[in-house]
Amino acid sequence: MIEFYLDAHSGVAPYLQIVHQVKQALRLGLLEVGDQLPTVREVVAQITVNPNTVLKAYRELEHESLIASRPGRGTFVQRTLASDGLASHAALRRSLVRWLHSASAAGLDSESVLALFLSTFQDTQKEETA
Amino acid sequence: MSNALETAHLSKRYGRTWALQDCTLALPAGRVAALVGPNGAGKTTLLNLSVGILEPTAGSVQVLGSSPLKQPTKTLPRLGFVAQDHPLYQDFTVADLLTLDRRAGKLSGGQQAQVALVLALAKRPELLLLDEPLASLDPLARREFLRTLLDATIETGLTVLLSSHIIGDLERVCDYLIILSASQVQLVGDLQEIGQTHKRLIGPRQNVDAIAHVHTVIEQSQTERQTTLLVRANGPIFDPSWEVQGVSLEDIMLAYLGRQAGEQLAASSSAHKGMEVVQ
Repeated sequence: MIEFYLDAHSGVAPYLQIVHQVKQALRLGLLEVGDQLPTVREVVAQITVNPNTVLKAYRELEHESLIASRPGRGTFVQRTLASDGLASHAALRRSLVRWLHSASAAGLDSESVLALFLSTFQDTQKEETA
Repeated sequence: MSNALETAHLSKRYGRTWALQDCTLALPAGRVAALVGPNGAGKTTLLNLSVGILEPTAGSVQVLGSSPLKQPTKTLPRLGFVAQDHPLYQDFTVADLLTLDRRAGKLSGGQQAQVALVLALAKRPELLLLDEPLASLDPLARREFLRTLLDATIETGLTVLLSSHIIGDLERVCDYLIILSASQVQLVGDLQEIGQTHKRLIGPRQNVDAIAHVHTVIEQSQTERQTTLLVRANGPIFDPSWEVQGVSLEDIMLAYLGRQAGEQLAASSSAHKGMEVVQ
């Protein structure tokens, strides 16, 4: 069963951290269809979080049809995110490594690489949502 | 949904000093709310007014739909209250209090807090008021205390209002926030909404009048070339000269607390005297 954690200094709302962690586990195949998620009471005991926060996270995941709650039985994974994405990880990683080599050949240190990646990533995100 | 606690222009004065001034707020039922503010901000006064220990100088307070002072039989049975330093009858054994067998006075701070909380919860209150429950607890005892508290809110609809000057942990525990400073309410609302509407703006040094016209500037700092603002956004921020960033809840709280401490510096010495009378 998935274990959650909360990063108090991430600046990300606790309910979103739970949503992200479930999605991440679905992407990496750590959670599969039919797997049960912990109950609200179990999550509260695990990470000392407001029960409404857990409910909100589960509602959002349910809204995306990733999980479904069965009254009296619990909450279960209904759909995975591990599909084709997982298979293409290796190829993407290879092209990223090539890019990193050319960045370092161009004289960028690791902080400059991260800054460039993040700002480019955010710009394309903005373009996509615009 | 109905409100578990509602105040309108609630004020309390000691001599010439206002311990709480013109406090208007509502706490919706079922929330776990943090009452945040520096020492002497009026947190204890607000809680004591809410349970009817104090009488308001002006304004009104309604607890679960009734006045705690005028209709105590309607409010007190449905109310739990743990005062500062979680007082227990120090000579009673815990068996008298619960089922264990140690003198309450010999328990550690963390154990006393747990016992006080369990006693308050045993009454199955609809509204639980806790005055600085975390102040004397070490981080482990704090987590244990909060876990017991949060577990009690599951499926019971229990509303909690806890005051604290420790702001770590509050984001994970609370879903509603009341910021009190210099005897006045600075901010009230849904915690997540507060997190979403507050932004940090970073841009080249410039006049902030234009942005202050639309959004509320909470905090600003200027260097030779750069202007940094913390604003409460009253809508989307379109001006491309600003880089817009999210702000952590801790920074938001500090901005409100800091702003008031700075702005009301002249009044703060008298406000502190006022609080000594209260405590």
